[in-house]
Amino acid sequence: MRKIAIYGKGGIGKSTTTQNTVAGLAAMGKKVMVVGCDPKADSTRLLLGGLAQKTVLDTLREEGEDVELDDIIKDGYGATRCVESGGPEPGVGCAGRGIITSINLLEQLGAYEQELDYAFYDVLGDVVCGGFAMPIREGKAEEIYIVVSGEMMAMYAANNICKGIVKYADAGGVRLGGLICNSRKVDNESEMIEQLAKSLGTQMIHFVPRDNMVQKAEIHRQTVIEFDSDHVQADEYRQLAAKIDSNEMRVIPTPLSIEELEKLLIDFGIAN
Amino acid sequence: MLLRHTKKEVADRKALTINPAKTCQPIGAMYAALGINGCMPHSHGSQGCCAYHRSSLTRHYKEPVMAGSSSFTEGASVFGGQANLVQAINNIFTIYDPEIIAVHSTCLSETIGDDLPQIVANAEVSGKVPKGKKVIYASTPSYVGSHITGFANMVQGIVKGFAQPGIKSNDLINIIPGWVEPSDMAEIKRILSLMKVPSIMFPDTSGVMNAPQTGKHEFYPQGGTTSKDLSRIGSASHTCALGKWASESAATLLSKMAQVPFTICDIPIGLKATDRFLMELAKVSGHEISQELEFERGQVADIITDMHQYLYGKKVALWGDPDQLIPLTEFLVDLDMKPIHIVSGTPGKAFEKRIKEICATKDITPNVKSGAQADMYLMHQWILNEPVDLLIGNTYGKYISRDMDIPFVRHGFPIYDRIGHSYFPTVGYKGSMRLLEMMLSAIMNKMDREAPEERFELVM
Repeated sequence: MRKIAIYGKGGIGKSTTTQNTVAGLAAMGKKVMVVGCDPKADSTRLLLGGLAQKTVLDTLREEGEDVELDDIIKDGYGATRCVESGGPEPGVGCAGRGIITSINLLEQLGAYEQELDYAFYDVLGDVVCGGFAMPIREGKAEEIYIVVSGEMMAMYAANNICKGIVKYADAGGVRLGGLICNSRKVDNESEMIEQLAKSLGTQMIHFVPRDNMVQKAEIHRQTVIEFDSDHVQADEYRQLAAKIDSNEMRVIPTPLSIEELEKLLIDFGIAN
Repeated sequence: MLLRHTKKEVADRKALTINPAKTCQPIGAMYAALGINGCMPHSHGSQGCCAYHRSSLTRHYKEPVMAGSSSFTEGASVFGGQANLVQAINNIFTIYDPEIIAVHSTCLSETIGDDLPQIVANAEVSGKVPKGKKVIYASTPSYVGSHITGFANMVQGIVKGFAQPGIKSNDLINIIPGWVEPSDMAEIKRILSLMKVPSIMFPDTSGVMNAPQTGKHEFYPQGGTTSKDLSRIGSASHTCALGKWASESAATLLSKMAQVPFTICDIPIGLKATDRFLMELAKVSGHEISQELEFERGQVADIITDMHQYLYGKKVALWGDPDQLIPLTEFLVDLDMKPIHIVSGTPGKAFEKRIKEICATKDITPNVKSGAQADMYLMHQWILNEPVDLLIGNTYGKYISRDMDIPFVRHGFPIYDRIGHSYFPTVGYKGSMRLLEMMLSAIMNKMDREAPEERFELVM
């Protein structure tokens, strides 16, 4: 089984990209589990056709320690197995600890002993604290993809996440698989992200163009592949899925200094 | 009346625990680590945690307990404890020179998400762990489970750190004793040697937590499982893990890592549990149960028949850890006593089920509860509603005993106010005799104290 974590700046489209890609993998006949690691619990909405999922932490709180796997896993589009960690409401408690508790519980319950080709962790925003690094600890996700766009802050966040990966790569087996560019229609975006990837020692595994079809499918609580399988955007996600499936490039990234990052923007970006 | 505020009516409680029947995970982790020869426990958290855990163990065993602390400050809580732990590992090996450091986490380091495997690997890579030495670790947040969970987690940590697959020996048996007294571990080893079964017990606190006074302070006493023995646990032909709660997870891990098959036995407290343990040993080792043990069994049977009249029908309330309470309840039932109130702060539905099954064999329907709300307050309420003739449990029962004038046998952890537990076992047939002696003395002392003059007997 390949365990993959998707990281990236908040609002960059991690959950959307993950679910559409997972739909692509499922369409290829792969068995996939998606573990949403966001207190908002919206990482599996498109696969399940709505926020139908009871979260691991809610279940734990209400039913005590005798939780069963079937209580927290639901089947979504293409027989994907969907789990939401859940977490506290904004402004209270500790969301990071929530992720640790929830992943530990999933392991205890044998969620990873099912027959699976892939497990995807969809992780909230930046790696802001120890808890959000849980998915990349030893024995957890071995492969990371960062969703990025040509905007300065998205690239800055990607670079920061790489710093986190380096920290865990020393001890464990976690590696960077590549950058997924989720286009914001910034000038020279593809070239700039290619260059960023090169500087980080990795690849831009796919350039996902911006298309309103994604929004449209989302309003209907579906992935593009499910909503309109023949649309060009569905093809993009199928390509991304195929590329991830055949990807063999796994690196320990080489994060950039802020000066190098700014120079990249000047050489390729709008400043040019 | 010390406990005059206890209300007789039992109300449903969800978010309140009064006088819990359990303590912190790291206390168990520390106790397990002390059962390894030349091992320094290390608490990855603030200093207060470490001080409390050490003093709890010292008060119970009356022995010094050494342990390091990562000494978290506000800074460490914000930036993570990696720098502190790496520095601590370096300092401990440089200054105190143990063979092994056993790191356990605390609530704080767990909550901020410190990843012990990663930090320890980092310390190894950066050369802070001298050649031939080892750092093992366990994750022990106290807001999960109890001290028993912490013990189980550290025993798992021992397996994770030492087990390697090996060519299987014919009759080498691993014994994971669970959280029992050093005297109990010594008694189990005596039984093994009487049956001539080659064995490795881990952890083994005998000779460590009941060490002799020699006039010279030994930082690392002679006892404890040695690294050499631990490196062979993967070559054993079988593992007997005593107690589901304290030992099952380690035995399972060992079977995964080194394909050593295992059996979960009850801790051999009382006649039947000891019988089963010996039969299991005989089965997996191919060795016979020795004459001496049969002799001791006969002695237990003799005491039971001689003194049956004093024990028959006596109602008992008991509390403590699930692995002890199960065979203890079974023993009481076999003695025709009536265990009617039982609590354990360690969570586990299987515990309540097992206790009810045991009691059902003699048509007893006990009050039994486990988990956070199974506390000493509830125990007191139950006793107020249905009084008992005997209490068996840790020191925290002395308030109920005094207020209600109920004979009290101290058993379990912690015992802060009496000695004996470190030196005299309650496991095996010898242990059964001691339990009988303690129970009978407690009950008969009260009879003597309260008997009217004309009924005061010389011979009992």
